[in-house]
This record gives sequence, structure tokens and C-alpha cells, in this order.
Amino acid sequence: MREILAALLTGFIFGLGLCLSNMTNPAVVQGFLDIAGAWNPTLAFVMAGGVAVTFIGYRIVLPKGRPLWAPKFLLPAATAIDASLISGAAIFGIGWGLAGYCPGPAVVSLASGRAAVLIFVLFMLAGMILVRWMRVRLSATMPRTPIRERSA
Amino acid sequence: MHPYLLALIGGALIGLSAVLLMAFSGRIAGISGIVAGLLPPKPADDMAWRVAFIVGLLLVPVVLALFAGDDRIGAPTVGLSLLIAAGFLVGAGSALGNGCTSGHGICGLSRLSPRAAAAVATFMATAMITVFVVRHVL
Repeated sequence: MREILAALLTGFIFGLGLCLSNMTNPAVVQGFLDIAGAWNPTLAFVMAGGVAVTFIGYRIVLPKGRPLWAPKFLLPAATAIDASLISGAAIFGIGWGLAGYCPGPAVVSLASGRAAVLIFVLFMLAGMILVRWMRVRLSATMPRTPIRERSA
Repeated sequence: MHPYLLALIGGALIGLSAVLLMAFSGRIAGISGIVAGLLPPKPADDMAWRVAFIVGLLLVPVVLALFAGDDRIGAPTVGLSLLIAAGFLVGAGSALGNGCTSGHGICGLSRLSPRAAAAVATFMATAMITVFVVRHVL
């Protein structure tokens, strides 16, 4: 129950950050990506604010050894810079550039009730399902990223 | 308020969310991973908090519209066929690369993960090239 409350609260704060910073406006996101046009630096400020707070916050939280309401910190264990990481990131970037939506802003924008956003999200889910299905089929060659359990 | 200052504050709120989720539940605030864990085949066995996080995201425009009179959601910039292609690429790419702008960009970079840095450099480059080609070449 407490974990659900924490998720609801942090989801709301995350969404508020996206909306206040204009990341839920794809024209602003594409304006950042358009370095040869009328460049809009907004996204750089979002990244700077986000990384600064998270960098400091993680350094306070992680040394405590365990989270307040859960038994363990669940951190990605993968360290390899491999073909699936790079090809996945490259494919993701092409989609992000085409429409100006990454997953967070797309999900938040669903609440505006626009059918076009719903269609984007449905195809995003389809892409995720396809890759997850392929991973199950090819689990020997494309292992899922294991989760490292960290305690102090 | 100046949009750049709002962007800095908004970014800080995203960071606060990531820190609180780690502090309370020990989890990375990566949206693509949170969403993908709900999907077949083999959905994660911890669906409740994932749904709750997404409900939290969806509440924001509703609350903003009610109390600020503006949900701050912009209109799509491209037509349906491009949205369909882009949606599919964003979903498949983030699943294959194990993360998106939040998981790799905010959480991964903050952990000084070389893997996240490689992913961010790659998707920033292909996104910028894509916008360049669409806006200035085609």
C-alpha cells in the first residue's frame, strides 16, 4: 500500500515537472532538437535541473543502504555498451525526433483527450510488446537487463 | 515566469520525483521501463505501483486544467502517419535500449553510468539528425 502511495505521488510530481517545463509540447522538444533552425534550449534546462537534483539526491539516498518502504534498492546491473543498447537508443531517437514525444510526455498528454496522442501511445505500446516478445523468443542472444540488488 | 526558469524548476521536480521514488521504493524513475513492465508477454509481478505512477502522471493535466485553467499540453506537430511510425519507433527503441529520456537521461546520467551516457549521446544524435533531415533536407 505504501509503495502504491509513493508511486502515485512521485508520478504526479514527475508529470508536474514535465508540464511546467513544456516537455508536453512537442513543438518545444523538436525546437531543441532542431540545431540548424531556430534552436530552443528549453530541454537543456530541464535536463540540467533534473540531473542536478537527482545526482545530489541519489548521493544522499543510496548510501542509506535500503529504501524506506521497500527491502532493497533495485538498480540496473547491466554495464555493457552493447548492440541492443546502441541500436535501441538510435531507433528511439529517430521516433523522438519525428514526433517530439518520448514516453513520459506522451503518457501525460493522453489526459488531454487528443485521439492523435492515443494513437501514438498505442503504437508505442505495440513497439514495446514486439521487442519484449522477441526477447522471450531469443532470450539466449538478447537477455533482459538483470536487476542488481543493492544493499549498502 | 520565464520559460527557461520554468524549465529548470520543472526539471528539478522531475529530479525530486526520481529521488523520492528511489528513497521510498528503491526504484529507477524510467517511464519506458515502468510502462513496459505492464505489457505482455510476461508482465512484471509488481503491476500495482506501475499503474499508480501512471495514474499520477495522468492526473497532472486534469489538476492543472481545474486549478490553473490550462493543462499545458501542446498539440501534436505532425500528422497521423508520422505519429504512428514515431510511436512504434519510440516504443521498440526504448524497449530494446532499456530506457528513454528519463531512465537513461535523468537517472542513468545521475548515477554516472557509462551505459546511460552512451544511450543519451546516441538518441540525442539520431533525434537531431532526424529533425535536421525532416526540416532542412526533405
